Amino acid sequence: MTTLFTILFDGVAYGMLLFVLACGLAVTLGLMNFVNLAHGAFAMAGGYICAVLVNNSGWPFFAALPLAFVASAAIGMVLERTLYRHLYARSHLDQVLFSIGLVFMSVAAIDYIMGSSRVFIKLPAALEGQFDFFGVGIGRYRLMIIVICGLLTVALQLILARTRFGSRLRAAVDDPRAAIGLGINVPQVFAFTFAFGCGLAGLGGALSAEILGLDPYFPLKFMIYFLIVVTVGGSSSITGPFLASLLLGIGDVAGKYYVPKMGPFVIYTIMIVILIWRPNGLFGRTAAR
Amino acid sequence: MTTLPDVSTSAIAGARWRPGEIAFWIVVVACGFLFPSRYLIMTDIVRLALFALSLDLILGYAGIVSLGHAAFFGVGAYSAGLLALHGIINEPVVALVVAGFAAMVLGFFTSFLVIRGVDLTRLMVTLGIALLLEALAERFSGVTGGTDGLQGIEMQPILGRFAFDIFGKTGFFYSSIVLFLLFLLARRIVHSPFGLSLRAIRNNPLRGAAIGIPVNRRLIAIYMVSAFYAGIAGALFTQTTALASLDVFSFERSADLMLMLVIGGTGYLYGGLIGAVVFKMLQELFSTITPQYWLFWIGLVLVVIVLVGRARIHRWALWVPNLIIRQLAGRRAVVAVPESDPS
Repeated sequence: MTTLFTILFDGVAYGMLLFVLACGLAVTLGLMNFVNLAHGAFAMAGGYICAVLVNNSGWPFFAALPLAFVASAAIGMVLERTLYRHLYARSHLDQVLFSIGLVFMSVAAIDYIMGSSRVFIKLPAALEGQFDFFGVGIGRYRLMIIVICGLLTVALQLILARTRFGSRLRAAVDDPRAAIGLGINVPQVFAFTFAFGCGLAGLGGALSAEILGLDPYFPLKFMIYFLIVVTVGGSSSITGPFLASLLLGIGDVAGKYYVPKMGPFVIYTIMIVILIWRPNGLFGRTAAR
Repeated sequence: MTTLPDVSTSAIAGARWRPGEIAFWIVVVACGFLFPSRYLIMTDIVRLALFALSLDLILGYAGIVSLGHAAFFGVGAYSAGLLALHGIINEPVVALVVAGFAAMVLGFFTSFLVIRGVDLTRLMVTLGIALLLEALAERFSGVTGGTDGLQGIEMQPILGRFAFDIFGKTGFFYSSIVLFLLFLLARRIVHSPFGLSLRAIRNNPLRGAAIGIPVNRRLIAIYMVSAFYAGIAGALFTQTTALASLDVFSFERSADLMLMLVIGGTGYLYGGLIGAVVFKMLQELFSTITPQYWLFWIGLVLVVIVLVGRARIHRWALWVPNLIIRQLAGRRAVVAVPESDPS
């Protein structure tokens, strides 16, 4: 019974992490209909920035996290303004090719700058080890991830539901043309959202270095996971991707624990079945655009 | 009924061999005799060309995007490897065809998943299938050799006469002949009424269905043909290198394939062939400059091609040949101009 709870706990932590990593992608896909396979590259950038700050410059871990967010968001903003915006009107094939090119470049560039081996971020002592909670082993680091990601999710939901920017964003996702007609500056909304999504990915990358592992091949290894979150969750809200991330996280941890030999087999099968059954995602609306 | 002769005459006119095409194949044969020290890399190019041709059949003619074409390549590669390793079929040519059919069977079953949905779903499903097969191949390492790959494959001589030699001469001519025969078949297919109906589907599936084309059946058929081609390419890979490892399924292989086709252009069959040559040369060039980081430059090429625009690049590339031909023949260019890509 306690193992079940431990799996559930680890799965939730993993799922939360995936959500923070992938929710930017959900917005990109939902708002601009842009297939950005390079989303993982921003996460990797955040992870490496955090690692350099903590390991080489001696920054405290909790100070490096916000900087990972800001730096990734800045990179995202620059790339969006210089490169991405030329491709919104292109076909999905062009977008896929472009973002694969970016992934390749980021992989080789990080390999060149940082070396090809896995990078670890030195954690403060308070985050190491685990404590016992009614017989269930709770990892401190994972607990922190759940707390941070949980707060982020609540904040995101509030921003989307309560603020003016949130309502503009939702309007733009629902019908970009009508939103432009109502005087909403959709490209600007999108640029901000893109940068914010990249920042979240960077934060997720910094947090995930301990759990997922950080090496130059990060964007390629986890690309499929991000895409699963988005395609399964649908891209019309953030609740869909959130539930999909939790499902994926718990499913993956449980799968690795109970049927370790099947490896990622379970996840891919589930994804294909869901995509066939509901091409717009499990929680997505059926309105096709 | 008056349009019927027009359609058939234009189809026949389109299927006629152009001087440029004949020159292309003469160059291919000439390469085999001119560069005897480069057989290995030329064999690689021929294999890639066949692989790219198979993607062109579905992408350029039917408008099906795929990020997991390596799945069929891998199935072909492992089939050929297992057949040779366990001595089930010793004749390479027969094994090649059997491996192709194995991939075709997979193509048949996965086609139902792929023809549903829009571009994005297709990209995801094809990617998922390739990753799934990679995971399976790793899981059943008893059969596939796991991360070590299939080892100790010994190929028997082709048709019992031509043994594979260490310089790869036999391998090159064997691959080239296979490529040429399959190219002829592909050429026949795309210029047939079947091929014309595929292009109608690519341009507008709804209208295709409205004028009486059985859209799904046609798509399944071309998907199977494409899977067959990819399987043959994979089998050639195993037979000429005597090796099959997990990376035959890798995402990078599918992505590289896309790049080749993008370089060469889709929808006129030679795109994949030209793309394979250019891609391999770029790869060689970059890996001599920076052995470890050539991936960066390949990525840069992709980004630049997309940003500049594929159609524009092809127009630039064909400008000089078109000019020469116009000067010599004094008429409109007969160089194959890539058709516009499906969106």
